[in-house]
Amino acid sequence: MTAHQESAPRPPHQVLDGTDIARVITRIAHEIVERAKGAEDVVLLGIHTRGVHLARRLHARLAQITDQDIPLGTLDITMYRDDLRLKPARALEHTEIPPGGIDGRLVVLVDDVLFSGRTIRAALDALNDIGRPRAVQLAVLVDRGHRELPIRADYVGKNLPTSLREAVQVRLSDRDGVDAVLVGDRDFAARSSQALAAQATESHLPE
Amino acid sequence: MKRHLVSAADLTRDDALLVLDTAEELAQLSGRAVKKLPTLRGRTVVNLFFEDSTRTKTSFEVAEKRLSADVINFSAKGSSVSKGESLKDTALTLQAMGADAVVVRHHASGAPARLAQSDWLHGSVINAGDGTHEHPTQALLDAFTMRRHLNPGAGNDLAGRRVTIVGDILHSRVARSNVHLLTTLGAQVTFVAPPTLLPIGIENWPCEVSYDLESVLPKTDALMMLRVQRERMNAAFFPTEREYTRRYGVDGPRMSRLPEHAIVMHPGPMVRGMEITAEVADSPRCTVVEQVANGVSVRMAVLYLLLGGATLTDTPRTDSVESAK
Repeated sequence: MTAHQESAPRPPHQVLDGTDIARVITRIAHEIVERAKGAEDVVLLGIHTRGVHLARRLHARLAQITDQDIPLGTLDITMYRDDLRLKPARALEHTEIPPGGIDGRLVVLVDDVLFSGRTIRAALDALNDIGRPRAVQLAVLVDRGHRELPIRADYVGKNLPTSLREAVQVRLSDRDGVDAVLVGDRDFAARSSQALAAQATESHLPE
Repeated sequence: MKRHLVSAADLTRDDALLVLDTAEELAQLSGRAVKKLPTLRGRTVVNLFFEDSTRTKTSFEVAEKRLSADVINFSAKGSSVSKGESLKDTALTLQAMGADAVVVRHHASGAPARLAQSDWLHGSVINAGDGTHEHPTQALLDAFTMRRHLNPGAGNDLAGRRVTIVGDILHSRVARSNVHLLTTLGAQVTFVAPPTLLPIGIENWPCEVSYDLESVLPKTDALMMLRVQRERMNAAFFPTEREYTRRYGVDGPRMSRLPEHAIVMHPGPMVRGMEITAEVADSPRCTVVEQVANGVSVRMAVLYLLLGGATLTDTPRTDSVESAK
């Protein structure tokens, strides 16, 4: 395309390492216990794919803090996405709702990066079909801004101001072999509609 | 996946496993309070049934409604087809009304293939049984049921499992679709039938043939009984029903010759006393009712994979002969 786009992309640099992530999860776990007054009716739901691993870690940490086994589940939001028609049909991930259900519970959704907010919108729609929680809260490892919907997180690991041209990568040892959060120039496999629009008008953006 | 599902032979191993894994996830839905997903909202699916069907039609309709599609039922009885309208004109009418997918059952073998290859319809064509040719979603639900019992788990296939299909192979689209799909998934298929009820050219099918049910039973993991399709028979294929039942029917003593883990399947409708006794049909090893429940999940998976995503760019072919007219 234009020569402008071919200017050397910045290599991703690390903003959080393994110990940072562990510290962040410990802090979020304490915040959940504090805000939910003991976390007795909490249900953790991890959103695929990395939210599931984060929810598992949060679950382990909460078990240490509260000496309780907090119900843990997973949520696949594929069927509720608003961009299904933009790509060929994708494979579904496993949704597992804890045996006690979510009716009357405090559901904490867990995801890795909060960006446009569309994933969370889809997750809220999915919850609507599964039951009626007392309240729904959101925990994310990274909030990178650029919301496209009126959605915010209740527990944030790190607020990371980014440009739309950047990509945030979360790597977790359960899946990627190493714990890290990286920021770099996004590749062209952009997923967000906003980023696609930004890409199209990129030459007009200030440097 | 291809844009249409006309034959079980169109499915690669990966496609078939994708359908089964997706169906496994969607099966959870039946345990929920709200048994509905918004995935196909605003898409129109036409059930075009030229032949009687209760199970398949209801199953497709439930699957479509659970995915929030708009469902239009079109049966040959009471439509313009009974006034002499051709398949082409019916298809063009449905296209003009904006059908995103058409589920076809037709008494003529090849009718869904004709619809899929023509440019009469731009949506997906799903074969719900054509003549004595194929019934791919039945094969998928059979494979799904077998996998749940014989090799449960996402991503698993049926490698090395031995499936015996008994009965009217000649007229059975279920047998034809099953042999393709089960072979793709790694299973070994054995047909058992009277020689008169085996199709010509069966030696080229990827299966074995036996005329002796008793000897095959101990080496069977899944036994599938087929109904004798009297409505398609225009000649005497066997002397008497009693003789057929004695040689090719399954009863209690025969069922006990199966290995401990083996299941007895039947695509329905069953004729009790003919190919299967009530004792077997009502036993916990018989999966008939389960197959019906699985049918909804599998059909949801097929509809989602064909219609849920972006319209697959399989450029509509311009059939030169047809468009010249």
